[in-house]
Amino acid sequence: MASLPIAVERRSRPPSRGRVRAFVAGLRSGDEIAHLITLMFAASIFLITALLVFELWRNSALPREHFGWRFLWTRVWDPVFENFGALPFIYGTVVTSSVALLLAVPLGVGAAIFLAELAPRRISNGLTFLIELLAAIPSVIIGVLGIFILVPVVRTTVEPFLKKTLGFLPLFQGPMFGIGLLAASLVLTIMVVPFIISISREVLLAVPVEQREAALALGATKWETTWKVVVPYARTGIFSSVFLALARALGETMAVTMVIGNDPKINASLFAPGYSIAAVIANEFTEATGRLYLQSLIELGLVLFVVTIIINGLARLLILTTTRRATAHP
Amino acid sequence: MATVMRDFNLLEEPLKEKPDLPKSPKEAVNPLEPKFRVSNLNVFYGATQALHNVSLEIPPNRITALIGPSGCGKTSFLRVLNRMHETVSTSRVEGQVLLGEQNILTMDVTQLRRRVGMVFQKSNPFPKSIFENVAYGLRVNGWHRKGTLHDAVEASLRRAALWEEVKDHLHKSAYALSGGQQQRLCIARALAIEPEVLLLDEPCSALDPIATAKIEELLFRLKEICTIVIVTHNMQQAARVSEFTGFFLLGKLIEFNKTAVIFKTPARKETEDYITGRFG
Ligand SMILES: Nc1ncnc2c1ncn2[C@@H]1O[C@H](COP(=O)(O)OP(=O)(O)OP(=O)(O)O)[C@@H](O)[C@H]1O
Ligand SMILES: [Mg+2]
Repeated sequence: MASLPIAVERRSRPPSRGRVRAFVAGLRSGDEIAHLITLMFAASIFLITALLVFELWRNSALPREHFGWRFLWTRVWDPVFENFGALPFIYGTVVTSSVALLLAVPLGVGAAIFLAELAPRRISNGLTFLIELLAAIPSVIIGVLGIFILVPVVRTTVEPFLKKTLGFLPLFQGPMFGIGLLAASLVLTIMVVPFIISISREVLLAVPVEQREAALALGATKWETTWKVVVPYARTGIFSSVFLALARALGETMAVTMVIGNDPKINASLFAPGYSIAAVIANEFTEATGRLYLQSLIELGLVLFVVTIIINGLARLLILTTTRRATAHP
Repeated sequence: MATVMRDFNLLEEPLKEKPDLPKSPKEAVNPLEPKFRVSNLNVFYGATQALHNVSLEIPPNRITALIGPSGCGKTSFLRVLNRMHETVSTSRVEGQVLLGEQNILTMDVTQLRRRVGMVFQKSNPFPKSIFENVAYGLRVNGWHRKGTLHDAVEASLRRAALWEEVKDHLHKSAYALSGGQQQRLCIARALAIEPEVLLLDEPCSALDPIATAKIEELLFRLKEICTIVIVTHNMQQAARVSEFTGFFLLGKLIEFNKTAVIFKTPARKETEDYITGRFG
């Protein structure tokens, strides 16, 4: 008992010799090593990101100087006269990703709820295995399927249907090519939905049984328990699956370029062809002859990085405000 | 045993009215009627039988304790009373359980659970505010009575002896409460829908003596508004709080009687051995 205050004092003001010795002892016990190593890993991620941004910034000096902020809202992409603007690509990227997420989130979360809560476990595991296989299909192959199966269906069925039912909206007007923003959005939906399903199912399954029992014991039905207790409890995990899906949709290149039409135009209609940032970089990087051309493509990379951060931030903000409201006092 | 059951209300002191306690409208109509009548109850998990031919009657507005060594089927029995056993897909029940006049095994399960609330071993508040935790049951059951939600929440928190401690931060997370407070919050949540019966499965096993004493005191007050069945590993607790005690061993109800009898002059050798700590 009496030695306790002394021990505390010694620890609070160690001589530097003692501190070194304590550190070495810590090293031996493993704690300090684990701390150092994990810190290094975390720092390396930060470093890589910083390096990436720095390189993109450095290598896009020419167009930044030449076009300034105008680069962001210029609608022209003209390699012949070396006049470059990012707007059509930003538009295509944002629109296709948003539409894809709009479709994929309800679909994916709904499917995850079914697989985690309602389906018998064996069926659930089997289906989940298939869904995870779908996530592993290379995007080139999804693109091929998009061209040969999805695009004809979109042209002959989906677009005429949308035009007939929702044709009063500018989104669903104009000529129907099949290839275009809508097809790209659908391809993206197919690509991101497995992420949402598989991760959301895992987090739903991880909700403690005590939470379910608490609701059931209050006279909640199975569905009330699922919807009002299990899903809210798993909310953070479900959101991270959505962010992962968003990141994938924004950066997806191959499958998108195969069905989007690769036309740097801004058109209100989803039926029209468009272009995305990732697609144009991949398509034109090898043929970019002039330095301004090449560096404009690199600046597009920088723009994609910023767009990704902004959209992610907005999505997080949206979720934060809506969930605040949901848990607030009536 | 039947004689014991018939005279339990004659030997007990009559219940005194406590004006500070908000009263439940659903009082036992006839104090002579047992709340639960369980006859020949068998519970199975797959091929293994957890309970064998259990029959007993649980008196209304009293605290009934269930004791017995680990694995003897106390939880299984308790969970049948509000059909929480159905969350285990392999479980199967035979026999009859009457709540009042109704067979619980055939009645609507959400209806049953509204009338028979449950508090679990590990406190399990929802990751919401204190207020929302208590309001949850009311919302789920369609709050359609007069008076505001807030009043109902306050009444439940008062009944659970938690109001004074939380009234200034009702909208803080329930997870910010201490273990004992969380358990009382769970009791308040169960009480909010005014159940006739409250089932508690080792509600104090994770709590320190002071928090335990608070909950025991609370149970004492609560029996005026509902019937309480409590599973406990703590013999002193059973002796302290309950009027009736059932002793389970290996899936069988060995003895059921007034607590004083069980602890002072048990009829069965097994009971005596367990009470005196010779096994279990
Ligand atoms: N979900 C389940 N699946 C299969 N068997 C079970 C299940 N729950 C309980 N059992 C079995 O039923 C028997 C009774 O278990 P129960 O949980 O009712 O005992 P208990 O008296 O509550 O024990 P404890 O004091 O340890 O909580 C045990 O043999 C146990 O193995
Ligand atoms: Mg138990």
